[in-house]
Amino acid sequence: MYINILILYISYQFLEKNSIGADLFGYVGIEAVLDQMRMKTMKAGFEFNIMVVGQSGLGKSTLVNTLFKSKISRKSCTPNYEEKICKTVKLHAVSHVIEEKGVKMKLTVVDTPGFGDQINNENCWEPIVKYINEQYEKFLREELNVNRKRRIPDSRVHCCIYFLPATGHRLRPIDVEFMKRLGKMVSIVPVIAKADTLTVEERQEFKEQIRKDLDANGICVYPQEEFDEDPDERLLNHRIRESIPFAVVGTDQEHQVNGNKVLGRKTKWGIIEVENVAHCEFANLRDLLIRSHLQDLKDVTHNILYENYRVRRLNESNITFSELELSSWPTENGTDKSQL
Amino acid sequence: MTSSDVARQPDKGPRGLNLAGHVGFDSLPDQLVNKSICQGFCFNILCIGETGIGKSTLMDTLFNTNFENFESSHFEPQVKLRAQTYDLQESNVRLRLTVVNTVGFGDQMNKQESYQPVVDYIDRQFESYLQEELKIKRSLHNYHDSRVHACLYFISPSGHSLKSLDLVTMKKLDSKVNIIPVIAKADTISKSELHKFKIKIMSELVSNGVQIYQFPLDDETVAKVNTSMNGHLPFAVVGSTEEVSVGNKMVKARQYPWGIVQVENENHCDFVKLREMLICVNMEDLREQTHTRHYELYRRCKLEEMGFKDTDPECKPVSLQQTYEAKRQEFLVELQKREDEMRQMFVQRVKEKEAELKDAERELQSRFEQLKRLHADEKANLEDKKRLLDEDQSSFSKRRAAAQLLQAQSFTANGKKDKDRKNSGFM
Repeated sequence: MYINILILYISYQFLEKNSIGADLFGYVGIEAVLDQMRMKTMKAGFEFNIMVVGQSGLGKSTLVNTLFKSKISRKSCTPNYEEKICKTVKLHAVSHVIEEKGVKMKLTVVDTPGFGDQINNENCWEPIVKYINEQYEKFLREELNVNRKRRIPDSRVHCCIYFLPATGHRLRPIDVEFMKRLGKMVSIVPVIAKADTLTVEERQEFKEQIRKDLDANGICVYPQEEFDEDPDERLLNHRIRESIPFAVVGTDQEHQVNGNKVLGRKTKWGIIEVENVAHCEFANLRDLLIRSHLQDLKDVTHNILYENYRVRRLNESNITFSELELSSWPTENGTDKSQL
Repeated sequence: MTSSDVARQPDKGPRGLNLAGHVGFDSLPDQLVNKSICQGFCFNILCIGETGIGKSTLMDTLFNTNFENFESSHFEPQVKLRAQTYDLQESNVRLRLTVVNTVGFGDQMNKQESYQPVVDYIDRQFESYLQEELKIKRSLHNYHDSRVHACLYFISPSGHSLKSLDLVTMKKLDSKVNIIPVIAKADTISKSELHKFKIKIMSELVSNGVQIYQFPLDDETVAKVNTSMNGHLPFAVVGSTEEVSVGNKMVKARQYPWGIVQVENENHCDFVKLREMLICVNMEDLREQTHTRHYELYRRCKLEEMGFKDTDPECKPVSLQQTYEAKRQEFLVELQKREDEMRQMFVQRVKEKEAELKDAERELQSRFEQLKRLHADEKANLEDKKRLLDEDQSSFSKRRAAAQLLQAQSFTANGKKDKDRKNSGFM
């Protein structure tokens, strides 16, 4: 496979800039580098960190389980789960390794129980902001080491799914505050949770109202317009921006519909098929997050959001580490190993 | 009121999980590859070899194109490097290729310093990447990577062994770049001599501890091919851009009176193997090795040289930032000290100059006084003399007046007398 013996179609396009364009008179084999890259990345595996934020009972764990078709998070409504109303927002990170067709991915889901659940929700985003910054800080420290690891473990949050309750009206103050503050630090994907309580028209109105509110408050959600690089991307992302936030329904139960087994919620008035685009927009969300824009989410986090953090951090030369109240990261066995 | 507490699983590694259906992240490598296609690839080759050994021709043959090279003279006083960048495209893959050639390698009488410009060039590329990485506002994903990914070392086909210049140069470069030795102009060696030559070269390299690039064996799909290729090192190549008709095809070949050496015929030379190894199979690995091994080594040495450490004497982790801060304070303090010193020196000099000038002024003043006195004396003298002269003159004029009066009196008296005499005479 790696030896491409077919004579390929060669295009004679000259590229400007400071280098000389040269015609290829015959087959060289440069194309094979794509396969090489594919094999190397498949061998190394991928990492993806996703954070779900929203009030309890909105279906966060169910949605994550539906997205990745496995029991990743334990739902808070299962009988064995002891739920305490926590007085503070606690973040809970769980990692799994999943594999599909030879592609290995380490998926980390960060849950935020307690967000928006108290009576007084002022500053409930602070633990989340601190967590995200801590991950950036960890990566930065690793990157600045003299002896660096070959692959720096990436625990930065690549995507934050924010659950909006399906009120049908508009964004609430807590939503606005949260998204304003975190929009610059992490890629936020807002979704309308439990969307089977809205009819299609109500859903459209709600979405328009949300988009207006987002604009009015200057909130940038993923895909951010300023990060579009070329016209094709802009067109594609524009279409996505026209349809956010996605109205989703999550479930892990299968039912029979017309002889097929589908994932759905069974009610007395019908079965809501999760993967049917006429019923809800789960499939769109899944396609966006996983099938088409997963790498882009990681790239935006690494190239833009992380760099912004780094610039800010390196400019704050007056602040010592102790003032930031970051715990010291224990290195393995007390020494810094350089893994080759 | 709020505190954050991250609960993580115990650190025995994440659990594996089975998927109940098709999720879709198997398209992830494709997404990655698509992004890379948009960005384009970058590859830098360094060719080291004596003048006229066939570096440029081999590059032309390898990339099937004409790179517009010109012959260099044999009289260069020093080894120089010439880098040229080209944009190639094959189907939808864009490659920015930089070919760096040595000019004048092996031509000088004294070749002791021949390797130094090459090492300097490689270090310069690493340095510029390191500078970009250490900048505060940086753009690494747009950065044009100019670090040397592969170094083709051209061995001249003597048939005996490596030259000492070759050994010295390769030893200096083996920790900085991936070295791939090739035997140039391989059509001058016969098959049996070639076999012995290759064995001799490899044993010399091993016995001198030169680490050349080994094709990677960890990936099953390419391990088999790479193992067999590792046994064929160094590749004996022939380069040619001229086409000769053999049978009913036009092939790249060199035509001699006694036969035709076909470049792409595996029985004639190892060119196809070189192309396959360098481009088709291992290009990505070469880039990765450069980045993760050679560049990291350079970075580590450079940072340690500058005084940065990961742990301070008490074995507590010290961050780059803290060291940097400490150094910065040190530097500022020293700067302040130097500034004070300079200021003091300046003040002192000013004082000295001022004293000097004052002295001079005083001296001048005294001279002036002295001259003034002299002048006054002279004047007084002259005044005296003038007075005397005046007195003389006045006394003289008085006497003259008196004399004249006397004369006038005596004249009139005489005149009267005369008149009387005259008058009396008459009488």
